[in-house]
Amino acid sequence: MQRYANPGRFLRLADAILPWAAGLAAALILLGLYLGLIKSPADYQQGDSVRIMYVHVPAAWMALFCYLTIAAASFVALVWRHPLAHLVAKAASPVGAGFTFVALVTGSLWGKPTWGTWWVWDGRLTSVLVLFFLYLGHIALFTAFDDPRRGQKAAAILALVGVVNLPIIKFSVDWWSTLHQPASVFRLDGPTIHPDLLWPLLVMGLGFMAYFLAVLLVRVKDEVLSARLRALALVQAGV
Amino acid sequence: MTGFAARDLAALRGERLLFRGLDFALPAGAALALVGPNGSGKTTLLRLLAGLSRPLAGEVLWDGVDIAGAAEAHRARLRYVGHLPGLKAALTATESLAFEARLLGAGAAAVTAAMTQFALAPLAALPLRVLSAGQRRRVALARLALAPAALWLLDEPVTSLDAASEARLWALCGAHLAAGGRLVVATHGAVPLPGLQRLDLADFAPGQAAAVEALS
Amino acid sequence: MKVLLALIGRDLRLVWRQRGEPLIGVAFFLLAALLFPFGVGPDTDLLRQIAPGIVWVAALFAVVLSLERPFHADHEDGTLEQLALTALPLPLLVLAKALVHWLTSGLLLVLAAPLIAVIYDLPGELLPVLLLALLLGTPILSLLGIVVAATTLGARRGSILIPLLALPLFVPVLILGVLAVEAAASGLPARPHLLLLAAGLLLALPLALLAGPAALRQALDEG
Repeated sequence: MQRYANPGRFLRLADAILPWAAGLAAALILLGLYLGLIKSPADYQQGDSVRIMYVHVPAAWMALFCYLTIAAASFVALVWRHPLAHLVAKAASPVGAGFTFVALVTGSLWGKPTWGTWWVWDGRLTSVLVLFFLYLGHIALFTAFDDPRRGQKAAAILALVGVVNLPIIKFSVDWWSTLHQPASVFRLDGPTIHPDLLWPLLVMGLGFMAYFLAVLLVRVKDEVLSARLRALALVQAGV
Repeated sequence: MTGFAARDLAALRGERLLFRGLDFALPAGAALALVGPNGSGKTTLLRLLAGLSRPLAGEVLWDGVDIAGAAEAHRARLRYVGHLPGLKAALTATESLAFEARLLGAGAAAVTAAMTQFALAPLAALPLRVLSAGQRRRVALARLALAPAALWLLDEPVTSLDAASEARLWALCGAHLAAGGRLVVATHGAVPLPGLQRLDLADFAPGQAAAVEALS
Repeated sequence: MKVLLALIGRDLRLVWRQRGEPLIGVAFFLLAALLFPFGVGPDTDLLRQIAPGIVWVAALFAVVLSLERPFHADHEDGTLEQLALTALPLPLLVLAKALVHWLTSGLLLVLAAPLIAVIYDLPGELLPVLLLALLLGTPILSLLGIVVAATTLGARRGSILIPLLALPLFVPVLILGVLAVEAAASGLPARPHLLLLAAGLLLALPLALLAGPAALRQALDEG
């Protein structure tokens, strides 16, 4: 039985990594913003508003990456019962939801000048919207039970069910959107993208990941310490 | 080691460490009474022994084998009557017991015998919804008489029972023990059974340091 | 398995004793579908076009509202833990519950859907596709839905939580179900969509029989 396996060791490790992660995040994001907002070329059709994609696209990547992190942590938590894994899933969820929200809002802001509407039923954007609700449900489960450990386990199960469904959701929404809208809306897939556009995206992506790591460490630390405080409180209450 | 035993059991409820280092050994034909104040973990311990929950630490052993690894075999050998009636209020007493009998592979004769055991014949065709708490508990306990089982786990079985029903219960338990069965019962009152062992959960309550350490 | 049949029999008998419940579900299904014309106007062409979508959305809502039935009552009166202690393996318990749930919700919706089709003037040749799609899709909703229900056992706001958790997972079924009918409406084959629904059902089965027992074990492990 591992009860918060070596939280002391984790706390020391977290304290060591945190300043680097935070510093890296700040540096990469600033660099990415500079490259994207200033150095990279404007689009000949969309003008400067295309620069929103330097926030929108990495945010969408992170929305997915965070959910995969949650799924992996949930799997570890359920199969190997490592208690820190539950905390990682719990800590990552609001951050992932935040990235998803940013992706949706920036997608919307991008859509307005480009297509004249605040929302577009594009396959990708719509999938991200459904993902947002998966996040909300996941977050809700943690606080839905009187026993926090029960909430963690319920959330873990649903995260795994969700991750299996995620490609299915993506596929079905994509299919739905292409059948209803033959013209493709977003055009920035893969290798056809110009390096001048690619570099800022990658830098922003890495910067967001470093940010995610930093915030994750802070939040997991917080959970571990809160658990300790609660235990102390219960014991001192003579319960 | 043959028999039913617990080794170094520890359990959490919510984020509270209820007990630790709990041991006992229960030979065939013996009964174990769990005593302790409310909230000390009697129900939690019974659920652990039934295999419904997993312990924080330690093992429950049957014939030296951890029940966690042999859950199906363990389920087959036990009967558990918990706090909640475990019965559907919309069914009649007969229907409830007939359903339980079918789950256990027992026949209609067993149902009649079980109902006689607890004087349930006059209530047979009534939906459980209209019965009193005591009457419902008698139906729940009648399950014990449907088919033999090696281990009975009872959580405060005499709540709401009148004296006559209580006597019937202990008689049934006595017969069970005489046939080599084992019994673990959580109770506040007296248990008139021969050779009774007692386990006081307060003896296994954690000290302050252990409680904090276990949770962090 | 005799035990499995005994459980299904008991649960069906219980639903029959409270047969108001599934019927209210059907009534809600019909009512939800009937609200839309008030919202979008009685233009028959428009209604004919949106009919498949309406049927499916209403079906989703009706199913989601019935998801507390399989487990929550059993959890509250202690019968769930008794069932967990029987010889019946948990996956079969989940299967039994899913089957009873579908028989008392999804199947009833399939039977009630023609009423909605009539009111929306859905062309007759589209009805078989709609019903077949519902027949394939509603079991998926039952399977995924009871997994969600099992994970929320003991939660404080289970009735609000269940729709929030289940509806995003239901989206693919909704999409495929509607696309099947729309394909048929445009003269295209509905088969690919129906086959995908069937594949989804085959996928949902092992997923539910794996995740459901895990969720039930968590619910029973109150320690």
